[in-house]
Amino acid sequence: LGLALYASSLCAVSGGTLLYHDYCVIGAGPAGLQAAYFLQQAGRDYIVFERSHAPGSFFALYPRHRKLISINKQYTGKSNSEFNLRHDWNSLLSHDRRLLFRRYSRDFFPNADTMVRYLEDFASLLKLRVQYNTAIIHVTLEKNEQAWNGHYFLLTDQDRKNYKCSCLLVAAGTWVPNVVNFPGSEYVEGYETVSINPEDFAGQTVLILGRGNSAFETAENILGVTNFIHMVSRSRVRLSWATHYVGDLRAINNGLLDTYQLKSLDGLLEGDLEDLAIVKDKKGKLHITLRFYLENRNISAGIDSLTLPQDELDNFATRAPYDRVIRCLGWKFDFSIYNRSLRIMPGKGNIKKYPQIKPSYESRGTRGLFILGTASHSVDFRKSAGGFIHGFRYTTRAVHRLLENRHHGVPWPSTVYPITQLTNSIIKRVNEASGLYQMFSVLADIILLRENATAFEYLEEYPTGVLAELEMQTGRKAHSGLFVIIMEYGRNFSGADKDVFYYSRAVGEAQHAWQSNFLHPVIYYYKHLPTEREMRLRPPDWPLPRPNAIHHIVEDFLTDWTAPNAHILPLRRFLENCLGTDLRNFFAESCFLFAFTHQKLPPSCQQGYVGMQGVVGSQELRQHAVQAGLLQDYTRTDFLGDTPPDSHDGSQEQLMRDHGIPVRPLQHLVNAKDE
Amino acid sequence: MPAQKDRWVSSLVFLLFCASSIPKCGGASLQQELSPQHYFSGLEAGKTSLAFFTPSVSPGAQPFLEQIESSAEVLQDYGVSVVKVNCPKEDVSRYCGKESALRKAFLFRGNRLIREFPTDALFDVNSIVANVLFALLFNEVKYVETLADLENIENVLKGKSNMVFAYVPATGTAEHRAVMEAAFVYGTIHQFVLTTEAALLKATSHDDPDVSSAWLLFCHCQRATEPAQPCRRTALAQPLTLLNIHRHLKLMGAPLVTEVAEDPEKISTVHLQLGLPLVFILSQKETHEADRRTAEFVAWQLLGKAGVALLSRDLVELNVLHRSNVALKTPDEGMPIQYLVLEDTDEVITLVEDKNKVRQIQSDEQEEEEEEEDEKESNNQDIQDDQVVEAVSRDKKRELPLEHILILTEENFHSSLSEAAQTVVLFYASWEAVSLAVLRSYSEVAAHLKGTPGVLLSRVNCWDWPGLCSQENVTQFPTMRIYKEGQQSVTYGGMWGTEELSSFILLSQVSCPLKLATMDEAEGYLRGEFPAELSSHHHTSLLGVFSSATSEARKAFEEAGNILSGYVRMGMYFEDDALALSQKYSVAPPALLLARSGGRSVEGIALSKHSVQDMVQMIRYQLLDIFPEITVPNLPQYLQLGKPFLILFSAGDISQVESKEMLKLAKGRPQQEFVACWLNLKKTPVGYGILRTYFSTPPPLPVLLWVSLHAGGQVFQFPSEQSITEMNILSWLEKLQAGLEIPSSTLSEEDWKPPLPAYDFLQMMEPSVPELSPHPGATPAQQPPKNPGGDTARGDTATREEPSQESTAEGVGSPGRGLRGTAPRLAARDKQGKRHSEL
Repeated sequence: LGLALYASSLCAVSGGTLLYHDYCVIGAGPAGLQAAYFLQQAGRDYIVFERSHAPGSFFALYPRHRKLISINKQYTGKSNSEFNLRHDWNSLLSHDRRLLFRRYSRDFFPNADTMVRYLEDFASLLKLRVQYNTAIIHVTLEKNEQAWNGHYFLLTDQDRKNYKCSCLLVAAGTWVPNVVNFPGSEYVEGYETVSINPEDFAGQTVLILGRGNSAFETAENILGVTNFIHMVSRSRVRLSWATHYVGDLRAINNGLLDTYQLKSLDGLLEGDLEDLAIVKDKKGKLHITLRFYLENRNISAGIDSLTLPQDELDNFATRAPYDRVIRCLGWKFDFSIYNRSLRIMPGKGNIKKYPQIKPSYESRGTRGLFILGTASHSVDFRKSAGGFIHGFRYTTRAVHRLLENRHHGVPWPSTVYPITQLTNSIIKRVNEASGLYQMFSVLADIILLRENATAFEYLEEYPTGVLAELEMQTGRKAHSGLFVIIMEYGRNFSGADKDVFYYSRAVGEAQHAWQSNFLHPVIYYYKHLPTEREMRLRPPDWPLPRPNAIHHIVEDFLTDWTAPNAHILPLRRFLENCLGTDLRNFFAESCFLFAFTHQKLPPSCQQGYVGMQGVVGSQELRQHAVQAGLLQDYTRTDFLGDTPPDSHDGSQEQLMRDHGIPVRPLQHLVNAKDE
Repeated sequence: MPAQKDRWVSSLVFLLFCASSIPKCGGASLQQELSPQHYFSGLEAGKTSLAFFTPSVSPGAQPFLEQIESSAEVLQDYGVSVVKVNCPKEDVSRYCGKESALRKAFLFRGNRLIREFPTDALFDVNSIVANVLFALLFNEVKYVETLADLENIENVLKGKSNMVFAYVPATGTAEHRAVMEAAFVYGTIHQFVLTTEAALLKATSHDDPDVSSAWLLFCHCQRATEPAQPCRRTALAQPLTLLNIHRHLKLMGAPLVTEVAEDPEKISTVHLQLGLPLVFILSQKETHEADRRTAEFVAWQLLGKAGVALLSRDLVELNVLHRSNVALKTPDEGMPIQYLVLEDTDEVITLVEDKNKVRQIQSDEQEEEEEEEDEKESNNQDIQDDQVVEAVSRDKKRELPLEHILILTEENFHSSLSEAAQTVVLFYASWEAVSLAVLRSYSEVAAHLKGTPGVLLSRVNCWDWPGLCSQENVTQFPTMRIYKEGQQSVTYGGMWGTEELSSFILLSQVSCPLKLATMDEAEGYLRGEFPAELSSHHHTSLLGVFSSATSEARKAFEEAGNILSGYVRMGMYFEDDALALSQKYSVAPPALLLARSGGRSVEGIALSKHSVQDMVQMIRYQLLDIFPEITVPNLPQYLQLGKPFLILFSAGDISQVESKEMLKLAKGRPQQEFVACWLNLKKTPVGYGILRTYFSTPPPLPVLLWVSLHAGGQVFQFPSEQSITEMNILSWLEKLQAGLEIPSSTLSEEDWKPPLPAYDFLQMMEPSVPELSPHPGATPAQQPPKNPGGDTARGDTATREEPSQESTAEGVGSPGRGLRGTAPRLAARDKQGKRHSEL
């Protein structure tokens, strides 16, 4: 009989039900749909599996109190769509302008239902291929020399239907609740199921386990009706405005901090949950004790026979009994469906809820398996935004671009510009690019210099962690040096225990830009592509190895880095010195003079003027340049006199007044952030 | 500095010229060898000679003879001939006979013996010249031994003339010679007094002078009108050489204060010529007398170090701050005058003395100077040196007349394009300087084309609408496109000037090539009258004439038209009578008819090549003028030919004759290897800048130059004395090619390096960057700190303190910045000017 069963199951596997796709995506949440969008745009053969009947099933349930803490900014005063994405944390990337989240909700912190509706629209309007009601319950490998990665992925759904794919994109999120087991943990209610009706908590004393946003969100909801709330967690509270990490406690949820610090009964405690034990008394009240008090004792003997901490230590903090204990400990990745041959391992330490992946988002265990979305957050956990929609929408695109190059020979998209556009292309990107801004220090724009530095190639949002593999991963060549543009906060500025409001925290002078604390662009210059070894040996806290030269664009209060003297000029000087050339713009007249007096021309004349695209400039402009002493006015010079022309143009006084002031930002305005 | 040296040399030459203009001894030979009889009979009255008598063989006197020989030339300059007299053995006369006389030299004026020198006093050239001149100038140079003697002379001179008092440690030295040589020239002007008494030197100066070195004082006795008034003295600060003495006397002779009533830039005084600064005291009518006293006071202080001039502001239009009271003009070429506001006269003196000090250091150590320069320059890193950026930011407050330019957005872009027959779109970025510069020209175009039917000017700010710009494939700022309904948009690729933009937009209105239907149209087209839209526009017209059989050429022509659309006025005619039309201009179809300047001359060119690329290239080439006037916008077209330029710089229009000759030259060689052209300096004044680079002293205009722009960069000047004719030029060119001419100048080969260094953030960050070790984590110290209370906290306070220190430093430094018109501020401005000239 056993043999027969085995045979029949084998038959089912090898039967005609095996469906093949180049790409399989598990999960139709934001990351899965985002990946589907790029695959669809590229015309790839793909399928998305969703266990629920609709996309975004996680958001159908969570957050329980329905308020998303990702901002949905309606107005920025700008029409730049790319810039506006910096302040739209909910939209996915697409070409369809209807699919912007602000068209779905006017709330700054929108309702989770809106997200579900949005995701539904995203899938349907873009006609993404999603197979609903398909829960993948097992994933295994099939070795095959012909396959892209030396093996196929075999997926089995709840109906034992099998699917075969060359490349597996896991966008399943982290949805398995984190559970801590301790004596009495059976009395603990989970965040997933606890009532969200405040009335159910009226006059109750509540203990909440955990200290993340879900814990505080739960507390916030019932704060007004409970006797008091205590929160226990191992780590200290981490405020997102101090850590500059959106996953830490957001100000919108932190009402309990108020009541705690104002001694209004609520409180925070630190302690290891593993040591905890809960004992229920006859009235149904829950008493907190410690595991070691219970050792070698029979709990069933009843609470009266037990020693509680307060018996020995009569001011024990949690001596008051609780009516309810709620667990809000977050989620972890579902490791259970992957066959051992896939070697999907949990990370170590504080990233154990995520599977181990490389900085290219590929699994460490299996080639061709990529982790997308929230589950990929181990790359930048507690640093950047890779665990959140506004971050992983960009890392997903990066993964897609890596795959396009690897499997379809489509190199990483790039634009080639003449060298005269170098400063401009950087300024444009640092001012509007959203991917660089959200995924600071994780995604980088790369400028590959062409020979003789007459032109360059611009690659957007490449993962910094795999910089060493750039040529292989992108299909682009880095022969003559490269610039890496990322955004950074000041080192040592962010942290749970840091005072981020100290005086003179803001830097205003371009020459002190390296001490900038707030997010600001940083440009690394390498003469050669860093090697794997250099990447590995980079100084701690450095996103990249030591460059040949580095430039910080001074932080800006408005995050507007277009000031000619404070932002663009120092950047140009940096670029000029890296390239060993003169990147100034010249009016056609100057180029004319150079053409007759120099054998070589500066790039802007060579590529502009000589290429018939000279900047003639209006009369007023040339006059201004003359007054600035940067252009000679030959019309008024007496040719035979060798006196400098300045004395003739009647602008001496003007010159003196204007000149010496090396257009310097006003100190007190620059530091307005202090006040 | 070199220029200064030149002046020195020239003044030395002048000095020697003065000296040598004294009647010379008739003979050309410096050292005549005569017999005594000959010698004495030949002595003329008034002529001076130094004679020495030697027996025929006298090996002992050999070294002395050598010195005498070498001093002969010098002495000749002072009218002293040196004569060697050979004593015959039997001669026992006064000079030859005695043994002692043979060890002496004798100085004669006429036949009168003035002095006899023992040969051991004539040990070298210096001593010979010094002693001979000392003897000759017995009356002009007084030798004193006591203070009383000196005072006596002084008292006699008071109110009459000045005195030069020199102390030399010993006679016969180089200093002694220098003094005597100076006395030879200036002896009639000033009274020279010489001493070798150290005591006398000590008595005349206040502090303890170094008696081992020579001193020279200029005593201004002429000014001392009262007997009791002492003569002011000005010591020569430099070592006693003829040049320095000469310079010193020149300076002392110059007026104490020069009154100036013209543009200070044009003023040149002895001081400037001698490489010293000139200080202007700015004066007003009301305070003239006081200013004059101040000037004199300063002048006495600076005597020998700088000149002082009194500049009357009422008489000269000065564009300087009203508060300025002092101006400083340095002798360095090209340095602008500094106008300063100074508090007291000490500041003036310090200013000048510091300047001199700096110069001293600079000339002493060239390298150090460069370093210093670098350091100074790096302070300018934050001063804008991009002319376009600076010009635009200075202009940012002016509101641009953009009301005739439609603003396009992502919403209205496509709908607007369909509204006009032709929509011109300027894609730009509002933060980008070149974009903004072009936007200014574009607004002028809009004003210019206002009311032109069927043309809509619009703009897209890519900073607002990046999606639209990338969708339209705009990767560079600025980009101008013309969108026509149902046609591919055309991207502009020409100069960003108002005229060029307008012309492109106008020409783009008409299809290119324009199909002409009748013979009349074709003729009208060639005359520039058809189509009416372009009649106001004077362009060279190009007409392709095809018989219907030559469709291949026609197709290529049409495609070439697409490429050249907007830049060239192109028409085509392929009706049945095409042959008749082309034959009128003596070509057979397929042919091009080229009507330059409004159809006055039509040229026929047979079309032989039928590929589009060839056609485009041919048309472009044909459109170039044979002898063009080079202007800023059209130079690139001629640069692309990659040929040397034969260019005539003219102050205005060139004369008929020159034009004719040059045209002959240009036409004479159809496949010529150079571009013959001319430049109108009135229209293209930047040409003056070119000439100034080529020539230190500008040649008279017009000037014809050969400039090899592409190979070697040599510049040759056609000899100005020759007239510009074809023949002359051709023969000159031949010589040029044969390498017989010397280039007047060579174009700079310099690379365009970064104008200034960048901030070295890597170095600034260095202390906070842990050294890269090959095995990080091998030692626990290199591990990132795990406990938040540990290293991190320390690092934190460190960084927290740093910025505050910086800010206090800023606070201290900032008041200085606010002061305007002060000396340091102006010093900073100078550097601007300097860079400007280096542009």
